[in-house]
Amino acid sequence: MGEEKKGQSIEEKQYTVRFNADTKSHLHVKDTDICLTSCPDKICTIFCPAEIYKWEDIRMHIGYEGCHECGSCRIGCPHENIDWVYPKGGHGIIFRLG
Amino acid sequence: MAERFDCIVVGAGPAGISCAFELAKGGASVLLLERGEYPGSKNVMGGVLYRKMMEDVIPGFYKEAPLERPIVEQRFMMMDKESAVTFGYKGMEWGQEPYNNFTVLRAKFDQWFASKAVEQGAILVNETVVTQCIVEEGRVVGVRTDRPDGDIYADVVVLADGVNSLLAKSLGFHKEYRPDEVALATMEVLKLDKKTIEERFNLEPNQGCTIELFGDATKGILGTGFLYTNKDTLSIGVGTLLSGLIKHKIKPYELLEYVKNHPMIRPYLHGSDQQEYLAHLIPEGGYKSMGRVVGNGVIVVGDAAQLVNAIHREGSNLAMTSGRIAAETILLAMEAEDFSEALLDRYRVKLMESFVGQDMKKYKDSTHHFDKFPQYFDQYIPMMNRAASQMFTVDGSSKWEKQKKIWKEVGTAREKIKIARDAYRAWRVMK
Repeated sequence: MGEEKKGQSIEEKQYTVRFNADTKSHLHVKDTDICLTSCPDKICTIFCPAEIYKWEDIRMHIGYEGCHECGSCRIGCPHENIDWVYPKGGHGIIFRLG
Repeated sequence: MAERFDCIVVGAGPAGISCAFELAKGGASVLLLERGEYPGSKNVMGGVLYRKMMEDVIPGFYKEAPLERPIVEQRFMMMDKESAVTFGYKGMEWGQEPYNNFTVLRAKFDQWFASKAVEQGAILVNETVVTQCIVEEGRVVGVRTDRPDGDIYADVVVLADGVNSLLAKSLGFHKEYRPDEVALATMEVLKLDKKTIEERFNLEPNQGCTIELFGDATKGILGTGFLYTNKDTLSIGVGTLLSGLIKHKIKPYELLEYVKNHPMIRPYLHGSDQQEYLAHLIPEGGYKSMGRVVGNGVIVVGDAAQLVNAIHREGSNLAMTSGRIAAETILLAMEAEDFSEALLDRYRVKLMESFVGQDMKKYKDSTHHFDKFPQYFDQYIPMMNRAASQMFTVDGSSKWEKQKKIWKEVGTAREKIKIARDAYRAWRVMK
């Protein structure tokens, strides 16, 4: 069968979405030591639907510009270590369809 | 330069817009605040809008609203890895007035719905985040926004700020949700021409079909998938409890790809083009996760009040009804000039008497039950598939032999008792 592999990666999916990113992040790790020392799974890097959480050797990088503002990270972080607010009015994700 | 309104509604989704519409229609001055660029720009749902509750707000809305397709068929697929047992209902009565439900694309629909509230006199202000409720002497008297000079005052504030409802939480109305109280849904809108959709789903023009997916669609985790027909797009999605994704360490978009490439689903999507990818949380804790919904000068509606019937994939209709009842209560409060919790509590009483409260109560144990006992999804659905395959495969053995084989496959006597017990338990939490 002719395989259609279009749009299967998260990068390709994110490319279909319109964002108006603020200059500042609306998401912050409260205590960076917790990610480094007490969180071996770093499960936010798995369940975030936009894969905006990326572990970079010693720190969590948050690509807030691609956030869907779903709230999963705030609820799913086992250490309640994510400070989560909405982006400034008019900023962030802008759905055109769904 | 403090501004003042009779009522401020926070959030322009189905609950907030319904509330603002009814309040404005009743003569109240209403400010409807939306944090997105336009109403709908932050809003996501699979796509089924129920006619009845929408008509309770705007009779005959379907004559002018931007709808996709009226649904004439609802199918349910119990999926295993390479098979599915499918059942459903199709009826022509759903294809004509007054209709049962419609698929919609929320960014389009919510904009239209909000414009109708504005026609009634509500003032809509977009691109405005409410950062907190202003509380004075134990009552909510207004909201603080992220605009300069952003304090606005009102007799009543309606929190329609969706599943995350940071505002209700900050008032202490509910605790932070647990990962087993919310479902994370991801979906995609896929472009496909009208004619192909109609041929593939066995539809006439202006007819639609919904397919709910159970079992292997979520790799046996508690949740469901869905495939809905729009005018010239399909919406495909999958949602599971956040706790399930965490436990099984599954990436939500990989699960979505898994569903899209499932042999039972892939042929429907063939040749379609990705238009938009969306993620959203659904409050699925049910009745037991509901927090307080009224306080002095404040009412909580829709997803913010956890009003979702996960078993029947209903949410927008509960939201609209809650918004409408909230508005009725507020108009009453304005007449009485009493915005105390005692008076506004009539909203809670009426809501719980309505189908919203009744259905929330009916399924109060269901999410928890199916989460606690995963065998319904990861064992019984595959078993159902094997039985169907056995029964319908013609291989020369008699039907009695086949029945015997199926019965044997179900397991030992002890396992059969366990299944009977699970069936009884499922009936108990659903009845």
